[in-house]
Amino acid sequence: MSRVHVTCTINGDPAEFLCDGGQTLLDALRDEVGLTGAKEGCGTGDCGACSIVMDGRLLCSCLVLAPEADGRNISTVEGMATGDDLHPLQQCFLEGAALQCGVCTPGFLVAAKALLDRNPDPTETEIRYGLAGNLCRCTGYDKIVRAVQAAAETINES
Amino acid sequence: MGYDLMLSAMRYASPTTVAEAVDLLGSDPAARVYAGATDLIPQIRAGRPEPTVMVDLKRIDRLCAIGSNGSTYTVGAAAPTADICGHDGLAADFPGLVEASGLIGSDQIQSRSSWGGNLANASPAADTPPSLIVNDARAVIAGPGGERTVAAADVATGPGQTSLGPGEIIVEFELDQPPARTADAYLRLIPRTEMDIAVVGAAARITLDGDGNVAAAAIALGAVAPTVVRVPDAEAALIGNLPSGEVLGAVEAAAAAATNPIDDKRGTVAYRRQVAGVLARRAVSIAAERAAQQGDQS
Repeated sequence: MSRVHVTCTINGDPAEFLCDGGQTLLDALRDEVGLTGAKEGCGTGDCGACSIVMDGRLLCSCLVLAPEADGRNISTVEGMATGDDLHPLQQCFLEGAALQCGVCTPGFLVAAKALLDRNPDPTETEIRYGLAGNLCRCTGYDKIVRAVQAAAETINES
Repeated sequence: MGYDLMLSAMRYASPTTVAEAVDLLGSDPAARVYAGATDLIPQIRAGRPEPTVMVDLKRIDRLCAIGSNGSTYTVGAAAPTADICGHDGLAADFPGLVEASGLIGSDQIQSRSSWGGNLANASPAADTPPSLIVNDARAVIAGPGGERTVAAADVATGPGQTSLGPGEIIVEFELDQPPARTADAYLRLIPRTEMDIAVVGAAARITLDGDGNVAAAAIALGAVAPTVVRVPDAEAALIGNLPSGEVLGAVEAAAAAATNPIDDKRGTVAYRRQVAGVLARRAVSIAAERAAQQGDQS
């Protein structure tokens, strides 16, 4: 079967890749583009480890077929840092030990960034609901919530 | 990765017109509608037959648009619930329907979930169908024979079953602007605070007259029967009365009696019955309060 040629923007750069019609965007990002930040946890849209942003919308890339990305603008965790400078969320996750095994972390970072982009000063409750689509089986979430609060403060001060 | 093989042979099509989509779906019985796919992809991974072609409806403008002509809203069947929740007009006129829309899944899912998908997937526990039904929403359906408009209540016929024919898709929903002193509400019980499906969902829409008595009522329950259940006995008990006291007791009893639930991990038959009554009563109260506030404003 002929493969599908997809042209899109990934993390601000023009990108193209070949994929199968039934391949998920998550698998295409990982296996065709080489961006392995997004992870497969559940494969059913429950855990959020595969979170990316496409045309401004946060979504689970495991529920998106890769050909749908044609012409779209995609942001992944790999685009968060600026060169060697980590995004405040990444820095605060590190400093606050908001991760243990790390599998869920890229998804949390992408979802938290989408949350802060929309709501720069969220309450704790808003953070907890905003990140309800991301599961972490290590941290108990408190450190993640505090890291997001700290990052919001950092971003709002700068 | 583990799941690759299950999704590898499908073709992907992205029509930009309704006619093109209907052609693709009508010419191949194994083609499937691909909208948000929040149910479809997990179903395929769980072993449902793999479609030959995934027909993406999201590049058809009409399927994603939200508009109003002043008397009727038109909401694309694939419009993301995130957009519906962010729409000031819909939130003001249909607060319960918008609340129901916002309860579907996480922010990630909200980017993809839609009224059309929620209805056509035909899960008995779907959140928006009870609210669509109490608001008399109509579904505009396109198919090989042209377009037809049916009550949203007539789309789902059983768990996973719909009245949609081969090649037919829901294009959009029509919702008439509610009359004065009218409001809706939706309440859902789930075992946790987020990310689960309904044990019971209850939608109510109430119209009050100038004296605060109920002039019109619609109550619909989700997750307590194979399809959404209307509660005509509760509606009749409300008409002409203040929505309080014994009348609400009658609503609760009628709603519980109207259910035909199942036992499962989320709740027993007895529990679902009782909760259905309680949620119906509360939804009526909230809708009536909102309708009264509307009256105060006008």
